[in-house]
Parts: sequence; C-alpha cells; structure tokens
Amino acid sequence: MTVAARSVGPTTGPRTSSRIMRLLVRSVPPLLVLMIVIVLWEMSASGAGRRVIPPPSAILNAGVENFEQLRRAAFATTYEAIGGFILGTVGGLLVAFATSRWVVARDVLLPVAIASSAIPTIAVAPILNNWFGVLNPASKMMMAALLVFFPVLINVTRGLVEVKPASVELMRSYAASDLAVLRKLRVPNMLPFLFTAMKVGATLAFIGALVGEYFGGSSDVLGFVVLTSMSSGSFALAWAGILIGAAAAIVAYLIVSIIERVAIPWRSELEAS
Amino acid sequence: MSTEPEVELQSSAASTGVPSVPVLPGEPSQKQRAVRRVLSFALFLLGFALVWEGAKWLAGDKWRLTSIGYEHTPPFRIQQLSDLNLPHLWDIVASFGEPFQRNANYSLLNYLIDQALFTWGEALIGFGVGAAIGIALASILVHSGLLERAFVPYVVASQTVPIVALAPLIVVSFGRGLTSIVIIATYLTFFPVTIAVMRGLRSPDPRAVELMRSYAGSRWDIYRKVRLPASVPYLFTALKIAAAASLVGTIIGEGPGGVQQGLGRAILTFNQQYITGPEKLWATIIVAAGVGLLFFMLVQAAEAFVVRQRGGRARTA
Amino acid sequence: MTTNPAAAAVRLEGIEQFFTTSAGGMKALENINLTIQPGEFVSLIGPSGCGKSTLLRIVGDLIQPTGGVVEVNGKSAHEARVRREYGMVFQAPVLFDWRTVEANVRLPLELMGMERRQREARVREMLELVELGSFMRHYPHQLSGGMQQRVAIARALALEPTLLLMDEPFGALDEMTRERLNSEVLRIWGQTKTTVIFVTHSIPEAVFLSTRVVVMSPRPGRITHIIDIDLAQPRNDQSRETERYFELVTEVREGLRGRRGSGSEGRLRVEGGIG
Repeated sequence: MTVAARSVGPTTGPRTSSRIMRLLVRSVPPLLVLMIVIVLWEMSASGAGRRVIPPPSAILNAGVENFEQLRRAAFATTYEAIGGFILGTVGGLLVAFATSRWVVARDVLLPVAIASSAIPTIAVAPILNNWFGVLNPASKMMMAALLVFFPVLINVTRGLVEVKPASVELMRSYAASDLAVLRKLRVPNMLPFLFTAMKVGATLAFIGALVGEYFGGSSDVLGFVVLTSMSSGSFALAWAGILIGAAAAIVAYLIVSIIERVAIPWRSELEAS
Repeated sequence: MSTEPEVELQSSAASTGVPSVPVLPGEPSQKQRAVRRVLSFALFLLGFALVWEGAKWLAGDKWRLTSIGYEHTPPFRIQQLSDLNLPHLWDIVASFGEPFQRNANYSLLNYLIDQALFTWGEALIGFGVGAAIGIALASILVHSGLLERAFVPYVVASQTVPIVALAPLIVVSFGRGLTSIVIIATYLTFFPVTIAVMRGLRSPDPRAVELMRSYAGSRWDIYRKVRLPASVPYLFTALKIAAAASLVGTIIGEGPGGVQQGLGRAILTFNQQYITGPEKLWATIIVAAGVGLLFFMLVQAAEAFVVRQRGGRARTA
Repeated sequence: MTTNPAAAAVRLEGIEQFFTTSAGGMKALENINLTIQPGEFVSLIGPSGCGKSTLLRIVGDLIQPTGGVVEVNGKSAHEARVRREYGMVFQAPVLFDWRTVEANVRLPLELMGMERRQREARVREMLELVELGSFMRHYPHQLSGGMQQRVAIARALALEPTLLLMDEPFGALDEMTRERLNSEVLRIWGQTKTTVIFVTHSIPEAVFLSTRVVVMSPRPGRITHIIDIDLAQPRNDQSRETERYFELVTEVREGLRGRRGSGSEGRLRVEGGIG
C-alpha cells in the first residue's frame, strides 16, 4: 500500500532556520519601502506644510516630550476599546447562539445585521454620550461594543449554520442528539468564523473608542488629546496621538491572531497547505 | 416496451468531485426570496418600534398624549428611557416637519436632506476616485512580484489600523474644504478595493490562462479578457464595504473636523442643542442611516446590472 | 444460506418515494422489493437519478419512505438507526477538519458514550484494519482522497455494525486507487463479515465486489434485474481477468440497457415487473 500523504508532522530542525531565512528575505522589500517613505517625508516637509503634516522627527519629538500624557491617554482609550470588544463579542455570541435554532429569528435578524454594516453606526455616539455620561468611559465602550457586535453576530451565525449537509447527515446516522450536533459539529465549525470577526472587531473597537471620544469625552483620552492639540496647532502631538492609537489597534489584532493560532491549529495548517 | 434508453453512467462525483446528495426540490424562487426579505425587514421594524415604545411604556417618562386624551404613568423608571434620552417615535417623526431652527423658514427634513446630499456627494467623489486608484494599483501589483511584496503588507496592515480616526486630522491638515474630505473617502475606499481586486485578478482558473496563452494571447489580452472580468465579483464585495467606510469617514471628517456643512456638522449642532430638541438629533441619525442604506443598495443594484449584462444570475446578498 | 425473512439483514417491501416540489411532484422510487441476507454484499447500480442513493438513505432512516416497509435486522429502520446498528460511508469522506484522524474515528464512539480506554483500543483497531495506523495524529487535509475515504470506512466500522451502507464511496477517486480500495473493502468484508449495501456507477466495481448486483431503472426507480455474481471467493486481481467476470460485466451492462440477459447461464432474475 503506497503512502500518499502530503506533509507529515511539524517541521523542526534545519527546516525552521530556513523558514526564518525566508521570512527575513520577504520582509526586506516592505521595510525598504517604509524607510524610503520616512526619509522622503522627513526631507520634503517644508514651509506651511511642515506645520500641518510634520516630519517624522517632529512627531517623535512631540511623542517623547508628552510621553506621560500620551501614555495615560493611550491606556484609557485602550481600556475603553478592550471593554467594548469584550462586550460586543460576548453579546454577538449570545444572540447568535440564541437565534441559531430558530430559522425565523435568523431570517429576520441576519439581513438587519448585514444592513447595519452599511449604516454609519458611529452617528449614535452623541446619544451614547448622553445616555451613559460623556465623561464616563462606558459611553465609549458601548460605542465600541456596538461596532463589534454586528460582525461577530453575522459570522458566528454563519459558522453555526453553514455546516456541510453531509456532516449533519453523518451525525444523524449516528443518532446524535441536537445538543451533540451543536457541541461536536457546529461549534468547532464556527470557531474560524468567530476569529475572523474578532480580528475585524479588534480594529473596530479602537475606531469606536476614538471616534466616540471625538464626539465628547474626558480629557485623559487619546481622542481628546488629538482634537485639542489639533485646534491649538500642535499637529505633531496630534499625529503622535493617532499613531499610538493605530499601534495599539495593531497590537490588539496581533494578539487575537496569536490566540487564533493556538485555539485553531488546524486552520493555519490548512491555509499553508 | 423494449426501447433502449441511452443509459448515462456518468457519475457527477467522478466528473466534478462533488458529491450528489439528493436535493429535496421545493426551494423558493428569487422573487419569493425578495418578498420574504422585504417582509422580514418590515417585521423587524415593527418589532423594533414595539420594543422602543414598549420599553418607554414600562419605564419611561409619564405619557401625556393630549390629542387622544391618553395618560399613563409607567411602573418603573430607567433614566435612559426618559423622553429626553429616548424620545417617542412619533415625536421624532413629527420633528421632520418642523423648522430646523427657531425662525428658520424651512423644515428639518429639507435641511437634513440638503446636508445628506452634501455629505453623500463628497463621499461619492472619494468613493469613485478611490475605486479607480484601487483597481489601477491592484492591476500593477499583480503584474509585478517585487512591487507586490513591497506594498501588500501595508495594504493589508491598513485594514487593522483605525484609519477613520485620522479623518479630523486630515481635514485640518488639508484645509476645511472639499479636498480633504474627498481625500479621506478616497483613502478609505482604495485599500479594500486594492486587496479585493488583487484577489480577483488572481482568481481565474490557471487553465483559462493557459488557454489564452495557447492562442498566443499577450499579458494585456489575458488581463482584459480573463482577469478583469473575473475580478468583478470581488470588486463589488469591496465596493459595498467601501461605500459604508467612505460615508463614515466623511461624517467624521466633517464633524470633529469642523466643516460647516454636512451630516457630521448637523450631528454636532443638534447634539449641542440637545436639551432644546432631542428629536432633531435622532432625526439626523435616521437620515444618516438612510443614506448608508441607499448607498449600499445602489452598489448592489449596480452589481446586479453588471452581472446580468454578462448573463449571470444575481447572487443573493 | 437460509431464506428465513426473520433473519434477513434488510427487508424492503413495496417501497415508494414521492417528493413534492414547487412544480408538482416527482416519484423517485416505485415498488421496491428486496431481501438481503446477513453477510451478503449487494450493489445497487443504475443511471443517474434512478434513486439508488435515496434508497440507501431510506434503509438508513435518513429519509422516511412515503410508502412501504423497511426492516433492518428484524426491527424498523428508525430503531436500527437509534441503536446505531449500521455504519455509513458517503461519497465525500465527510471528515471533520478540526479533528485528527484518530479523533474522527472516535466520533461515533463518543456519541455512544463508550468509556475512554475502550475507545482508544477500538480506534486503534479500526485504523489498523484500514492500514492507516501510523497516521492517527494527522489532520484530514494532510491525507490524499483515498486515505480520507479509508478513514471514513474505519469510522463507519467503529461501532462494529452488522450493516454497512456505502454511497459511491470511491466515485471521486482515480481508477487505480479505486481498484486498490475495492480489494481493501473485500478484505475488510471478509474479516468483519458485515452485510454491505454498495451504491455505484461502475459496472466493473459492482461485479468485482458483490455477491449480488441489483440493477435499477431510470426515474421512477424500479428494480429491473437482480444478478447473482458467482465468481469464486476470495476475489483478487486475477478475478478481474477471468472470462466469467467479463460475462457478468456484460450481463449487468445489458441489464442496464433494458434488455434481458443473453447469457446462456440465465442467472438473470427479473424483479418488479419491467419488460
């Protein structure tokens, strides 16, 4: 009996070091681009432009000078974003599980959830500020949660529902109860969908927090720092604030990706093959 | 009767690799599905309205409907359901007809529609420019491995960065005018379009490309006749996302960015004046939602049109 | 072999299947009568749409017939399913991506509530049976199509069912792999002595594997011929080259074309009243 397996087992030893080499080589072009952009930016910013889109060096300076303030603000905004992310994800999961059984509920809810991605949800930020208090981080958390909720709901529902009909037949041929089908088939099937939504949600949570702050908030958050430094003309500080917010979002995204690799080891292998 | 049926022993499984599970006939038609969707949407709106007013009935402010002589004191009290925080739906609807400001001579509805068109116009320009740039960029990147490896990580990374948060900064940087708003909308559009079109341009069956080459088709021919058509579905998926994103970016650019017109400004204004007229802010939100939906449906309609031109069947969303 | 109906593995009497569609109705099966004895290997063969997959699913209680009686091991099909008395292998392997090979085979045992150590032993036994013992920790996507189907077979046999239902399991594989797997199936059948109902499109496959071949007509599906396959057991690659084999293949082909068998042995039996 000939063996026709495609790849066998984890790669270790000499293979790993060549993988690292390949990774390094692949990062050269984008890093090169980054350096070129930074250098050009630094050199070209001039005159009035220099004031409004400051060169990277000025931004770095502003960041260092105001480090303490930025650090506090970054933590506060991140706190709001994480809180909203958790709320939105849990909410989306709960509603998805609750409605996954009843096709009618799904038929009504799902188009609405999809339509909501077309609506500028952030328009309700002022309302949330009114409801929960403009200085209260909860209002920004709710904004973030609202943005995260819909993608999670849509994806988890799809994951629970879109199983191969043959798989369901298989389970029925083993006289599996509905609960067993849920536990052993639908939930594992749903996990990749959930992580896709969470990766998108990581960014959305920061958008929700920041934009919520733009519409009004306490003075110790990134959004406030950005807006006030903008109106007072300290553009370097404003850019520094935004870049820190962006960095935080990227870190959040990477953390979710790492958790994903651990939780669903089969997926990355599947995509690699 | 000894007819000799041409026995067809072609297994669909063998030819396509797809198992042929017996499908129970009786699936709803396109029209039935569309009707069902409209009905379920109407049902949802009704349910939503019921929940809204129902919650206020249970825990809002005292109801005093003088026109029909109905009074009711709710048994519970939740602050968020007060008339200030959650106006009655009919009050919101009524406010559309009232003047948008004291001593103004046109109605809130008129005012909001003006602002909506302003905002949408800006978003649309950015959307169009962004889509064009995205398609062009994707076409270039697909044909050059080096450029692709250099730029794609940024295109992908941009999806994880809250670019929208940059909006006010860009408005201020480039001046409070049409230009900066359009820049925002362009920026927010071209990233998803680039990624999607790249995937689409790469999607055709390699055998179709081989076929073209066997006819001595040049890379340009292959691009025009195989890759570009194949990328259309991917393009439209990205356009639907971009529509919403460019709209959101425009609103944020206007509001916190300090532009004097548009829905973003209207939101800020009515928020400042919230105490004197809470319904107006809600009305603005409804209009913003409406613009978003309309934009989305326009893109969907465009997609259906293009698909039908090519003889395919429209995909259901 | 006794023909005592009470001991029959599968008994189908007057089976009818009618599907209602938006455009009226469609009769998939008409007046199916068939009795299968324990230990037989019966193939169902017929043109596309003749309802053989539907018939298989009726035996497995995955579809309820609109008319007729199904008995499996002397009880109703429903009871047989609830008691997990049969294993099914589908056209696609239908393995769970997120489970290793071992975990996939373990699935029915988990559903049945078998205790852990017994489970592990049984899984190992089954994978050895299909000669995939060294691939327990692999994921399905790391295996070829043929190997995946072998895992599916191991899984189907995990509960040691008396009846095995197979729906064109090798349809998506190339000819050489298919022939190899045919020999595999025969070996496993010999070892486990399960009754097998095998749906196929391939005449050579049906003849090589079965003790009897049931030929069905185009829709609405009826049984038109039942052909005894009297090739010697145990069968091997040589069996495919005997003259008797070719005669039987011709008989089945003629049966599918709607003609009576022209073979002199006249082992063709016509059922269900079609001319």
